[in-house]
Amino acid sequence: MGSERGRKIVVVGAGPAGIAAACAAAEAGCAVVLMDDNPTAGGQIWRGGGGREAAQWTARLEASGARCWYGACVVSAAGGTVVAERDGEPMRIEYHELILATGARELFLPFPGWTLPGITGLGGLQALARGGVPVRGKRVVLCGSGPLLLAVAAHLREHGARVEAMAEQADFGRLVRFAARLVRWPGKLAQGLGLQWALRSVPFLTGAWPVAAEGRGELESVLLRTVQGTRRIACDWLGCAFGLIPNAELAAFLGCRIEAGVVAVDEWQRTSVAHVFCAGEPTGIGGLERSLTEGQIAGWAAAGQETKARALFGRRADLHRFSAELAEAFELRQELKELASADTIVCRCEDVRRRELAGYGGWRGAKLQTRCGMGPCQGRICGPACSFLFGWDTLSGRVRPPVFPASMGTVAAAGERQRREARV
Amino acid sequence: MPETFEVVVNGDVVRVEPGTSAAAAILMAGHGACRKSVGGEPRAPLCGMGVCFECRAEVDGVRHVRTCQALCRAGMRIITDGI
Repeated sequence: MGSERGRKIVVVGAGPAGIAAACAAAEAGCAVVLMDDNPTAGGQIWRGGGGREAAQWTARLEASGARCWYGACVVSAAGGTVVAERDGEPMRIEYHELILATGARELFLPFPGWTLPGITGLGGLQALARGGVPVRGKRVVLCGSGPLLLAVAAHLREHGARVEAMAEQADFGRLVRFAARLVRWPGKLAQGLGLQWALRSVPFLTGAWPVAAEGRGELESVLLRTVQGTRRIACDWLGCAFGLIPNAELAAFLGCRIEAGVVAVDEWQRTSVAHVFCAGEPTGIGGLERSLTEGQIAGWAAAGQETKARALFGRRADLHRFSAELAEAFELRQELKELASADTIVCRCEDVRRRELAGYGGWRGAKLQTRCGMGPCQGRICGPACSFLFGWDTLSGRVRPPVFPASMGTVAAAGERQRREARV
Repeated sequence: MPETFEVVVNGDVVRVEPGTSAAAAILMAGHGACRKSVGGEPRAPLCGMGVCFECRAEVDGVRHVRTCQALCRAGMRIITDGI
């Protein structure tokens, strides 16, 4: 790799992985640009603050000399140039090394009534509350799967919400086995126990999931399938998501090899494409510490600091084992594939119902014939849902520019770049 | 107490704190939805992090803005889409 001062490094995504990568690369003397679609740094986990660890990393980022561009949405990248859009204007940044730290989003599975206003993601509801959506005194039901359930419940209660119930789709037995294995990660065990204690007065249902949401024009109640039968709970907000999935679209667009839905990387966090690194959730869902560790490895490696990168390999291996435990404990149950009825909307952008998707052998055919996945979210919500429901591959080799909706001016700017490269 | 300021949602004045998203302002103004879907249903924020586009509305004359990602500024004018 070789060290080189002044090497230009662009980091896409200013969550923990991107911040860590930018800090490492800038401290090694590289010219670093960190860009993010969000209005501030921190990603989703540190949105609107995030406590002492977030403050330490933000301070380190400010001292590192990395230039930070927020509100900048990457729409294309090729041959050493990233094209982004900020305030409707195209911008181009050249790089020698590109680090993708694009994070994850929530997996939404369609069920009858899930399009009603008042139904959000789990992290989604937390993010909205951090943006000022009032939750004080509101009745909230949280369901889905994964550690986020407890974290979001605790956060919303701190802000005055009345959390009526939490429903985890995984069975009680799996959670007990998961908890037993957490002794290897005392910090995470303590965190989990702390949340359990804080939420001791809230009903925590296991082997439970939403089968329908009801309301006239907006959410009024949710029907939960529980071990004891079906239960109706009146609520103002329903936060529901079935775990996290990598934001791998930009990596797929660049031609990086994707394996089982995650971006494949080597020990230096290098993807299959030269000069493109990837760190954090896109390489596998693992949480904050994994993201910080992989981010630093990618940053040091991109800057040519192999020794510093290698020093973190052991820690990363340990955190990868934790990821595997997470995936096993919160594996989605097959019954969830039957949640959407024939009449349930699967694609919310184009209002495509499940029955319209029956009979298609794959994502491409369904898109062309039904417009599923052809709306502004570009299939980011319904794609993973179709992947779970029908087993379709919605990512590999199918991502085209612009990677994110952009103005015609920006699309033209991105296209111009590609044409020039094609001539060379 | 941080200094609050006013934004306008569909003609209604809402007082917000710095750091408030345009999506939050829409909900605080009592509008339960941001847009009407292709099939005519009301839709409101889903992902809360700029991915799903369910929260899109007109902000200061620019259409299809993701209101969950847009922070309120004093005097900002927000118009929901078809609601």
